[in-house]
Parts: sequence; C-alpha cells; structure tokens
Amino acid sequence: MTEQLALLPRYLTAHLQLTLLALLFSTAVSLPLGVAATRVRWLERPVLGVAAVIQTVPSLALLAAMVPLLAALNVQSIGFLPAFIGLTLYGVLPILRNTVTGIAGVDPALTEAARAVGMTPWQQLRRVELPLALPVIAAGLRTATVWTVGVATLSTPVGATSLGNYIFSGLQTRNYASVLVGCAAAAVLALVLDGLVRCLAAGGRGGRRRRAAAAAGIAALYLYAGLTLAAALAPRGGRPVAIGAKTFTEQYILAHLIGGLVEEATGRTTTQRQSLGSMVVFDALAAGDVDIYVDYSGTLWANELGRDTAGTDRAGVLAGVGAHLRDAYGIVVAATLGFENAYAVAMRAADAETRGVRRLSELAPIGPQLSMGGDYEFFSRPEWNALRDTYGLRLRELRTMDPALMYQAAEEGAVDLISAFTTDGRIAAYNLTLLEDDRGAIPPYDAMVLASARLAREAPDVLAALGRLDGAIDAPAMRRMNLQVDERGADPAEVAADFLRGLRGRNPAP
Amino acid sequence: MIELHRLTKRYGDQAVVHDLSLSVAEGELLAVLGGSGSGKTTTLKMINRLIEPSSGNVHLNGVDVRGLELSELRRQIGYAFQQVGLFPHMNVAQNVAVTPTLLGWSAAAIARRVDELLELVELDPAAVRDRRPDQLSGGQQQRVGVARALAAAPRVMLLDEPFGALDPLTRQRLQDSFIRIRRELAVTAVFVTHDMVEALMLGDRIAVMRHGRLVQVGTPAALMRSPADDYVRRLLDTPCREARLVNALLATGAADR
Repeated sequence: MTEQLALLPRYLTAHLQLTLLALLFSTAVSLPLGVAATRVRWLERPVLGVAAVIQTVPSLALLAAMVPLLAALNVQSIGFLPAFIGLTLYGVLPILRNTVTGIAGVDPALTEAARAVGMTPWQQLRRVELPLALPVIAAGLRTATVWTVGVATLSTPVGATSLGNYIFSGLQTRNYASVLVGCAAAAVLALVLDGLVRCLAAGGRGGRRRRAAAAAGIAALYLYAGLTLAAALAPRGGRPVAIGAKTFTEQYILAHLIGGLVEEATGRTTTQRQSLGSMVVFDALAAGDVDIYVDYSGTLWANELGRDTAGTDRAGVLAGVGAHLRDAYGIVVAATLGFENAYAVAMRAADAETRGVRRLSELAPIGPQLSMGGDYEFFSRPEWNALRDTYGLRLRELRTMDPALMYQAAEEGAVDLISAFTTDGRIAAYNLTLLEDDRGAIPPYDAMVLASARLAREAPDVLAALGRLDGAIDAPAMRRMNLQVDERGADPAEVAADFLRGLRGRNPAP
Repeated sequence: MIELHRLTKRYGDQAVVHDLSLSVAEGELLAVLGGSGSGKTTTLKMINRLIEPSSGNVHLNGVDVRGLELSELRRQIGYAFQQVGLFPHMNVAQNVAVTPTLLGWSAAAIARRVDELLELVELDPAAVRDRRPDQLSGGQQQRVGVARALAAAPRVMLLDEPFGALDPLTRQRLQDSFIRIRRELAVTAVFVTHDMVEALMLGDRIAVMRHGRLVQVGTPAALMRSPADDYVRRLLDTPCREARLVNALLATGAADR
C-alpha cells in the first residue's frame, strides 16, 4: 500500500494535467460553437449531432482511435497527445448541449428588452443571455468535468500516465489495493473539481466570496498543471529511453527489468509506458515513440508478416521475423531472452484425466460440449483460426474475458478451456494442464527484445547493455517470476530488481 | 416627428400591416387602438426596427430609420411593453441604468439619473434601488420599466400595452403617473392599447386599426363626432355601453346575488 501511495503524486499530477487541459479545450470549442448554434439556427442540428455521435463511441475506443489517426498524421501517436485529444472531444457534448439549451431557454421578453434598449448582438449575449444561461452552462461543465476525470483513467493504454495506471496494472497483477487507490483518487479528484465548478457558478448571497475562492483554486490548479507540464516537456539532456509493455504481468516485469538494466549499465534515465495494446505498442516502436519492448516471434510472424502459422520451426521464425523488422522498419532484435511464451490451450487437470484428453487432436469429438475463455485478442488472432481449422474445433461457446480472471474462471468451471500462456505460473497453481499442440498449429513464440531504429542508431551503449539479456531467462525462470506477482502479490519492479541482482552475480558488468 | 409612410409587413402572403401611413407630431401622444391581430404591435415595432417592414418607410425627425445603426436608433427611443422585461440578474438601479451604461455615461451621472427617474415614477430610490425585480410588485415592476425606457432622456417613446397586465386600480394609478410624467417631459409617444378608456384618457389623437389597416385617425372628439364606420362607432360606445350595463344591474339588484 505504501509503495502504491508513493506513486500518487506522479499519477495524480499527470491525471490533473490531462483533465484540466482537456476541459479547457472542450470549453474553448463548445462555448463558441454553442453560441453560434443559437445564432445560426441551421447549425444546431449538425453540430449537436456530430457531438452526440462522438459521445456514443465507447470512451476507450475513442482514445485508442486517436493512435492510428495521429500516426497517419506523422505526429506523436502514443502518450499525452492522443489521450488529450480524445478527452477533449469527449467533453464537448455536455458543454455544447447545455450552452444551446441555456441560451435558447432565455425568456424571449428579455431578449426583446435587450434589443429594444439598444444592445448590440454582442452586448445582448454578454450582458443578458450568457449570465442568464450560466447555471445551465455550469451544469454542463460539471458533467463534462466528472466525465473527463473518469474517462482519463483510460489514457493508460494509449501511453499517457494517469490514475488509470493503478487500475490497469492492478487488475493484471491482481493487486486490488492498487485498483482501489486508483478508483478512490479519481473519485476524490472528480468531487473536488466538480465542487470548484459549482462554487464558480454560485449565485445568491455570499456567492461572491465563494466564486472568488473557487476561481483562485482553479487558477492555482491550472498553474500547477501548466508548470509541471512545461517542466515535463522541456528538453533535458536527451529524452529518457521509453520502455513499452503490453497488458500482462510478464510484460510489466520485463519492462522493469530492461529499465533497470539500461539505467544501471548506461546511466541513462528510462521511462515506462505500460499497459499498451498489442498493436499500439508495435506501432509506437515503429514510429519511435517507444524505444524498447519485448514481443514474441510467433505473434509478429502471424500478425505482422501475415504468415501461415502451421509447420514452422523456431529458428526459422526468429530469423524471418528479425529480417522483416529490420528491412521494413529498421527495428533491431537486441536480444532473444531464451524462453518461449506460446499461446496454448489449458484445461482443468482432473477434467482432462476423466475425459482422457492430452492432445488438441483429441478435443474435436467432445468440442460441442465445451466452452472456452480467451483473452481480449485471442479469438481474433490468426493463431485461433489455425487451431480451429487444424483440429476442426467446434466449441459450444467462446467467451472473451480479462486474462487476469481466465485462470480462476477455468478452475471454477465457468469455462472448460482457456487460452493460456506457457510461461504463466498460474497453470500449475490453478491445477490446469496444457494440451499438446500435436499437429504444430501454433508457431514458436520466442521472447525478443526489440529496439527502435532511432535507438539502434543513436544509443549503441543501450543496445550493448540489452545484449546481456540474450539467453538470460529460461522458461522456468520466467514462470517463477510471473507466479511471484500473480499469486504472491509481489511488485513487478521488485521481482525485476531481484532478477537483476542475480544477473550481476552471474555476469558482472564490465 | 415620426412619419410612417405606406408601411406594409407581410409574413408569406399574409399581410399583417397593410399600406399604413401616419404621422405623429412633436410632443404628441398617439394612441393606437385595436383588437388582437389588428397589427398595432407590429406597426409599433417597425418604428424602432424590432420588426423590419416588407415595404414602406419610417422617418424619425426627417431621417429614414433604415439609415441608422440599429443600436444607435434604439438608444434614442424609449420602449416599454406589457411583459416589462426587467433583467432578473440585475438590481433595479442596474436595470434603469442599462441604456446610459451602453452610452458610456459616468458612474456618478448614472447614479444621479437613476434616483431622479425612480422619484419621477414615484418609487423611493433608497428602498428599491438595490432590490431584484422579482422582489417588486407588478405595478412597481412596470414603474421601473417606464423609468428604464426614459433613462437616456429619449425624445420618443414607444409603449406596447404597458399597463395591460395590471389590476384596474394599479393600472389607473400608473396611468395618472404617466400623464403627469409626459406633461413634465413633453415627450413624443406612440401608445398601443386595446382599451378604449385608456386610449381616450392618454391619447391626444387615436388611430383605430383593424385587420392590419388604419380605419380612422383623429382626436377623441373628432372620432366621437363622426366615426368612420360602424366598427369605430361600436368601439367608441364600449365604455358607455358597459356603464349602462352596470347601472342596469345595480338597478335590478342583480349585483347583490
């Protein structure tokens, strides 16, 4: 818990930066647009329509959609920018709709009076319509504030630090204290900001002092967010080496391990970009937004090269993937860690015994009685197609679920089969057994440390340090580390540090 | 002072004001009398261009109002209407001061003017100055409305049934005040009403409108003497007819029922 709270200043500051800046831009866009819609009547429908359509896009998808969009524009596509733009778009509708409603709701007798006493259209807006619409506009602003604080927790998968880091990594490593800290901090932040906006629009007696206090509070928050953001963006002697991680335990451990190694061996600073989507992190590496991350040969073989997954040998896949990454993106394979983390199908051990199933080829006859759980991407990956086609699998039900919950679901009998990772320590811990891929439908999955073209060009020292990881982790070692986090509640960073201490003993730094 | 020349207002192919010409002399109060849908309010609003005419023109002191900036035109014309339209987020003083503020008067001049006007409309400045409009009675609100219309010392006032929503006794008190104010300020005014008695009491001349057309215009006496048609005759006869009805009811004791 204490190590969770130690992260709070950093996560909260980043969350505040995102939220405040996005709200500022949402307001700057929607207020004038809302006013315009009440002046030019035909604008109202299309403007509100577009804002409503944006709102119907699930918030996580909206943020994720910014990544390829920005990449296509050749600007930074991972990190602050996609999260900021997504959040800004998300906050537009409530402010816009309430501005239109508020102004349209002003008594026509008052606008007639405003015109009749000789106000120009601008004076009528500023002196009569906006003050009278203010409570309604403020209500919209409050809605936007609470939404933005909440949705900002979804910035983590697109590479922006936020309170969502607590939630995403906590869910993956079954550290529910971390999830709780993230949720509670976001809730408190939402309440505080909402209260400030409410006071800002407060009327009546004593309203003036409360308004002044709220305005001062908001100004102070903006000043703080602005200064910290400027400090973060200011160029320092070379930017830190950015290390990416996908959304599961092994990736968190390896990212910390690589970060520790690079800092120790080169003296450079590193930064973690954790909980990124599988394709997001690859695109980020290709674009140079992420410098280093670990991927698996079979994943790239199938997804990136689009090759047939059946009948492939380990060395051939590794060589083919390496050559392709170098030729197409200038990406360098800095090390092959020495273990495979393959997709596999796991079943309750007792169940497998009673049904007499040890191989995938024995599964087809009983398939229609079985249900299967898969992680978020499994059923849309080429590996699943290969399994289905090679073994003629026809299952009763396919259910997508969070990888952290799959093992428990299998043990409890909620599903009969799950997609599993061969390095996952939980296979044994949950009394599951892996079914043998006896027809070789699934390709080999050697863990490879990938380095971006820019890093390979500019930081040979980092590349050399990464080389020390070549063959340094075998499958049992990786399984042990995963189990320590997943079942014993250890911190991925500590597990990584332990491993590095051992590595130093075996292989002292020059 | 005010010249309306062949004014027409059409919505689609429906003419709500049809080819209307009128003139109002300096210092005169013209009462425009007519029922609902007679086009009297539309006519009034074409003078300060709250409504733009379809054809015809309005001259103010010999100047075509279309040649003036809208805000400039309206700041020199006082306007009071039945809904009053006091701004609820401003206090009484700020409401009265709206036009002088827009004209950029100094704060001291505005404060002086506000008190002067509140006294003119028979309100106690110290008591009402800082109140919100919703803390005033309907009659007080309309007094503030009249004060606001007079704030920048306009030479011309437009009034659209300003006392129409008030109870009869309050209405009478405001009418009396208004007669006195107009005498003091010698302001030129167009006063729209559907109330025959009000038109007779306030109007130097009365213009009778029906179905968007001007039926007759003249002094109350001239109208009484020679009404243009049966409609005008019946209209003028309304107060007497009502008085006869009341007398008859009192005589038979029916009023005691």
